[in-house]
Amino acid sequence: MLKGKAVKLGDNISTDDITPGRLFHLRSNLHELAKHVLEDVAPSFGSKVKPGDFIAAGVNFGLGSSREHAAVVLKMTGVEAILAKSVARIFFRNAINVGLPVLICDTDKINDGDELEIDLVGSIVKNLANGTEFPIGEFPEVMLRILKEGGLIPYIKKHGDFES
Amino acid sequence: MGKTLAEKILSENSGSDAHAGDIVIARVDLAFLQDGTGPLALRQLEESGLEQIANPERVVIFLDHAAPSPSPELANDHIILRQFARKSGAQLYDVGEGVCHQVVVESYANPGEVIIGADSHTVTAGALGAFATGMGSTDVAIAIALGKTWLRVPESFKVEIGGRFTKGVYAKDLALHLIGSLGADGATYKSLEFSGEAISNMSMAERFTLANMAVEAGAKTGLFPTDEVTRTYLESRGRSALFRALRPDPDAEYERAITIDASSLEPTVSKPHAVDNIALARELTGIKIAQVFIGTCTNGRLDDLAVAAAILSGKRRHPKTRLLVAPASPEVLREAIATGYIQTLLEAGAVLLPPGCGPCVGVHQGVLGGGEACLSTANRNFRGRMGNPEASIYLGSPATAAASAIAGEITDPRELM
Repeated sequence: MLKGKAVKLGDNISTDDITPGRLFHLRSNLHELAKHVLEDVAPSFGSKVKPGDFIAAGVNFGLGSSREHAAVVLKMTGVEAILAKSVARIFFRNAINVGLPVLICDTDKINDGDELEIDLVGSIVKNLANGTEFPIGEFPEVMLRILKEGGLIPYIKKHGDFES
Repeated sequence: MGKTLAEKILSENSGSDAHAGDIVIARVDLAFLQDGTGPLALRQLEESGLEQIANPERVVIFLDHAAPSPSPELANDHIILRQFARKSGAQLYDVGEGVCHQVVVESYANPGEVIIGADSHTVTAGALGAFATGMGSTDVAIAIALGKTWLRVPESFKVEIGGRFTKGVYAKDLALHLIGSLGADGATYKSLEFSGEAISNMSMAERFTLANMAVEAGAKTGLFPTDEVTRTYLESRGRSALFRALRPDPDAEYERAITIDASSLEPTVSKPHAVDNIALARELTGIKIAQVFIGTCTNGRLDDLAVAAAILSGKRRHPKTRLLVAPASPEVLREAIATGYIQTLLEAGAVLLPPGCGPCVGVHQGVLGGGEACLSTANRNFRGRMGNPEASIYLGSPATAAASAIAGEITDPRELM
C-alpha cells in the first residue's frame, strides 16, 4: 500500500517537456539535469514535488523522444508512481525499466494536492480527499516481474535473461 | 487465422506462433545507439555486469544528434562512445557520418528483421519491411548484450492509401494528414500497416518519410509490404540477396481500417506545438518564418533536396528568412553535389550543415530566438524542441519549406510550381 500526495499535470507531457533538448549536454550529469525537470511546462513542479508523491497526469504521458533520462529524472525527484489516463509506449517501458511504476487510471477526479492511497495488489487507487476510487489498468506480466526487481538492470543481474 | 506483417515477422524472429497481444522474446537483428541515448545505455550495460556483446557486427553507434560537438560535456560523451566501439567491435559512425536512421536504411536494415534503436524514429526502417521500433537506453543496452528483447505483439491498423498524389503533394503531407486524423496517441502501441495504390507507387524515400512519422501517432512500428521498389533499393545497396517478399495474409485481422485518398490531399502543415495540430499550407499564408530547415531523418534525403532545389532554382531566400540545409548522410551530400542540387541551394542563400540531425533537437546549429517561427521538414514541433520554449515550429514538406523560404512566410508550394 502506497500513500502520498498527487501532483497534477496535464495532457501530452512529452519527454522534451520533462528533459528539454537544450539541456542535452547535461545527460551524463543527471543530478544537474534533474534540477530542470519539467521547467518549461510546469515551472513550480521541481520545488513542489516531494519524495513519496504521485504524478497524476492526463493522456499520452511521455510522448516523443526515447530519452530514458526523462524517466530517470522523474524517479530522482522521489515520485513513487506516475498515474496517467494513458502513456506513450517507449516512456512506459523506460519507466518500468528504471523501477518507476506507471499506473493507468482515470485521473479526472484527482486534484493537485489530493491525498491518494494506492493498493497495488488490489489494483485500486483511492482518492482520500473526495472518497473516489479507480481501478488500475492491467499491464504485461513481464513488466510486473521487472518492476518487482526494481527495474531491468537488477532483473537481469538476478535472472541473467528474460526467460528465467 | 491469417497474420499481419507484425505477427509474421515476430513469429519468425521469436520461433513461435505469435498473435496480437502475445509477449514474445524476439531475436534482435540490429541494435543501435546515438549520442543522446548511448552514454546512459553504456552505463547501464556496465551496471548489468553482462560482458559479452551478442553480435558486434550488428551493433551500431552513431554520433549524430550533437555533432560536431557543441560543448565539452558532449565531446566527453563522444569519447565514451568511441572508446566503447573500439573496445567492443561495434560499428561507429562518427560526427558528420549521417543521421542514424538514414545510415540504418542505407547500410543495415532488411525485410523481416527486428531492429531496435535508442531513438524513437527507429520506425523509419519499417519502410523496408523490418519490424523496427524505438526503445530507451536500458532496453537497447540489454539487447546489445543478449541479442534479444521482449516484445508485445501489437494489434495492427490497416492504412490503405488509394489514388495518386497531385502536384505539390508528397508523402510528408500524407504523414501529417494521417497523424492529424489519428491524433498524437491514436495509434499508441499499434502497428500501422500500409497498403494501396499510392503506397505501391511511392519511392523508397517517400516510404521512409511516412514510416518515420508512424511514432508521431504513438505507433510501435509502421510497416510496408516489400515489392519491386524494395528489391531495387536493396540491389542498389548491394543487399539483393537479403530481399524477401513480405506481405500480410489476405485474412489477417486488423483492429481498425483507415482509408485515405491521396488525390484529395493538399500541402499540409503541423502548427505549434503538436504534430497532430494540422492545417493546410494555404490556410496559414501570412505567418512570417524566420528560419527554414530542410533535413532530418524525415526529409533529408536526395529526393527531398531535389524537390527543394527545383523550387529554389534561380531564386533567393527572403532576406528575413534563414535557410538551413542538412543532408541526412554523406552519401546524400555527395549525390546532391554531383547532381547540382547543393549548388542551386547555395545560390539561393542556403547554409549547408554537416550530415546529421542539425537543429532538429535544439542542441546546436540553428537554435531559434524568442518569438521566432521555423518551418522545418522534421517530424516534431513540441514547444522547446529546437532549443527555445519561446519559439514556434511548423512542420511541412521540403516543397512547402522551399516555397516558404522564398516568400518569407508560410506558402503553398503549388503557387511556385
